[in-house]
Amino acid sequence: MKKSGILMVIGSALLLGLFIYPLWNIQLEAPQYPDPLGMNIYISGIQGEEEFDIQNIDGINHYIGMKKIPKPAEMWEFNVFPLVIGGMAGLGVLLGILGFFKVIGPNWFLGWLILMTVLGILGMMDFNNWLTDYGTDLDPKAIMKLTDSEGNPLSYKPPLFGSQKILNFTAHSYPKAGAYLMFAGMLLTLVAWWVGKKSPKGKS
Amino acid sequence: MKNILKIAVLGVLGLFIQSCGNGGSSDEKSGAITSNAAERVYVAPGEHDEFYAFLSGGYSGNLTVYGLPSGRMLKEIPVFSQFATNGYGYSEETVPMLNTSYGFVPWGDAHHPDISQTNGELDGRWVFINENNTPRIARISLETFETEEIIEIPHSAGNHSSSFVTENTEYVVAGTRFSVPYPQKDMPINEMKGNFKGPLTFIAVGDDGRMNIDFQLKMPGFNYDLSHPGRGDSHGWFFFTTYNTEEAHTLQEVNASQNDKDFIAAVNWKKIQEYVENGGGEEIAAEYAHNVFDHSTQTATSTMEDKVLTVDPREVEGAVFFMPTPKSPHGCDVDPSGEYIVGNGKLSTDLTVHSFSKMITAIENEDYEGDAYGIPILNFESTLAGTVKEGGLGPLHTEFDGEGNAYTTFFISSEVVKWKLGTWEVLDRQPSYYSVGHNMIPGGNSRKPFGKYMISMNKITKDRFLPTGPELEHSAQLYDISGDKMELLLDFPTHGEPHYAAGIPADMIKSKSQKIYRLDENEHEYAATSESETKMVRDGNEVHVYMTTVRSHFSPDNLEGIKVGDKVFFHVTNLEQDFDVPHGFAMIGANTSELLIMPGQTKTITWEPKKEGVWPFYCTDFCSALHQEMQGYVRVSGQNSNVPLKWTLDDEEIN
Repeated sequence: MKKSGILMVIGSALLLGLFIYPLWNIQLEAPQYPDPLGMNIYISGIQGEEEFDIQNIDGINHYIGMKKIPKPAEMWEFNVFPLVIGGMAGLGVLLGILGFFKVIGPNWFLGWLILMTVLGILGMMDFNNWLTDYGTDLDPKAIMKLTDSEGNPLSYKPPLFGSQKILNFTAHSYPKAGAYLMFAGMLLTLVAWWVGKKSPKGKS
Repeated sequence: MKNILKIAVLGVLGLFIQSCGNGGSSDEKSGAITSNAAERVYVAPGEHDEFYAFLSGGYSGNLTVYGLPSGRMLKEIPVFSQFATNGYGYSEETVPMLNTSYGFVPWGDAHHPDISQTNGELDGRWVFINENNTPRIARISLETFETEEIIEIPHSAGNHSSSFVTENTEYVVAGTRFSVPYPQKDMPINEMKGNFKGPLTFIAVGDDGRMNIDFQLKMPGFNYDLSHPGRGDSHGWFFFTTYNTEEAHTLQEVNASQNDKDFIAAVNWKKIQEYVENGGGEEIAAEYAHNVFDHSTQTATSTMEDKVLTVDPREVEGAVFFMPTPKSPHGCDVDPSGEYIVGNGKLSTDLTVHSFSKMITAIENEDYEGDAYGIPILNFESTLAGTVKEGGLGPLHTEFDGEGNAYTTFFISSEVVKWKLGTWEVLDRQPSYYSVGHNMIPGGNSRKPFGKYMISMNKITKDRFLPTGPELEHSAQLYDISGDKMELLLDFPTHGEPHYAAGIPADMIKSKSQKIYRLDENEHEYAATSESETKMVRDGNEVHVYMTTVRSHFSPDNLEGIKVGDKVFFHVTNLEQDFDVPHGFAMIGANTSELLIMPGQTKTITWEPKKEGVWPFYCTDFCSALHQEMQGYVRVSGQNSNVPLKWTLDDEEIN
């Protein structure tokens, strides 16, 4: 269980990378923006890739009636996410230590991973809901009201993952270092469970 | 004689037209254009040029920026002339830039750009340029590409042998081409001889670029035409060509062309610097403006100075010598090693090259052939390194490629000639179209030239481009000089009359080029850094409007309470912080100009409404899809009305 416990500690500690690195990144590329405008989404707020990117995205979006990009205080997620991530990392490290000293068995690790996965999926759903709201809840006084071929208002929702053309912009939405560290960490906890499971009791 | 020079004298006083019959170059009008010339000057869409070239605008008073090898004009930087395009010289912030001891001077004759140097190599911090007519020197930032400072040169006239910098930009110099009474006084013109002076002014440049006149050298009243600094071993010296050592005061065309030799003045500025540091020199009255543009307040201030330190060259032992140089030399060029000083004797076919080391020996041996007003004249033969024979006719300027070759322009025979330093043999000649004045190799007058391209700046255009009536822009030509022979690659029109240019590899400066002005660093007295700060303030009949622009509206955009007879100051702040999103401001009937305001900038223009009514203003820069909607109205009421000041956006009062 020693090796397994160490892996569990490392794996869950990698979540802490989210406090340093962004979780996700959305870039907006257009003919007029050969250097794309970009925003980095951290668990505690959204920042421009370049200093004035957020201001410039807001400036452009006002033509189509999109709301401004929220400040940390304007979304409960930016207060709750750090607590959840911090809590899960702490819990995972604690479980790893307990596993190391053989106080608990490897199934606890799996339990942690399942909980983390559920929370992660909930987080992604919440993020997607925000993107939908951001891209569709438009100011009725918007300067440009564009509709699709069926007469419905256009959605300006950036993709959750991948690249998509929105008017003159192409939006690129991809995970960043924080997310990769989290995925790697979660994978490690799975390995921890597997190693712990395979080892003869008390030897590994 | 290899060259057969046919000189046809046209008109009474001799306009030279010369053709050079040595085997072919002159009869091929299009020059030696190789088949792939197009490829070598082609810069694909979206690609950048390899070099920046800063061309003086001559009588436009400004500086133009070109890309090489494409010859595309990238920008015109206003320096000494009002520029209605962006309000320079009209806006309240920039009017002080054009202040002089003669009052506001809206125009200038810009001549010789020179890029700042460190250790004799281009460092890309600033470009300096001189104004010939009302003597001034300007400093332009290569981060903002804006004029940051202009200093007037007192006691000078025809500020032509300027604005060249020393090896570490210790000084930028400003010579006098038209000698004048020193200081000015009422006296008969024909008593000029011996009584006029040609002061040479040494302006110290601080680490922040700030210029201050250190001293003024009271030289005999010759015409100091051009100059260049020593470099390497000759660092510490400055060389000036002179003409009209005859001191003629009328019909100089003839009377100033009588002496077989004029001089190159060699000035040991380090000695004089030491002399003034030790309290030497005499402070005399002077009146000159020193104008500085402050980027934090975005406002220029003009300060009148009242003193200058003058130094009599005869009182500083071993500081100034004259080297006899034939035929009214024009350009004064120093090779990259600093050993050779080229005098371009514009009324001859030859170039005279002096040797710095021989000059030092001659000085040590007191090898003099006389003196001029107490300044020793060195023996001609003792300083002579060599003569470039039969280069052409009418040499003006020489640049260097760093490979031991020199390139001289010949105005009368309309060609550029490549020759070898040391052997003085002519290696190649190419025609220029027509009558080339200056040439320029990036870094070509520094320790480290970038000898890939040369441009010639030609004085006569004639048929080179589609005709545009009697008045034409000048032409320039780009030559590839990387091979043994020069190859003409490209013709391109230039703006104004370029008298010289300075070039630098783009990589040395392009990453430093600023994209926006930071709004949070805007300390303009009348800036409104958000819409909530916009307002109107009345002070007697002056009304200050604190206005902002952002895509795509003004704040406020409805203004009331202004009366006929008011003087309205529109202080317009561009709130954008995005690269290349300027806004313009134009007011109907304004007797000033428009404004073009870069992101984060504040600019001010005045408007004196003369009629009652509701008058529109609008954004002149197509800033956005809603640009046409970017407009507003000012209500102007009668002089005695009591309509209160009211400023709104979307019918809401702002406060």
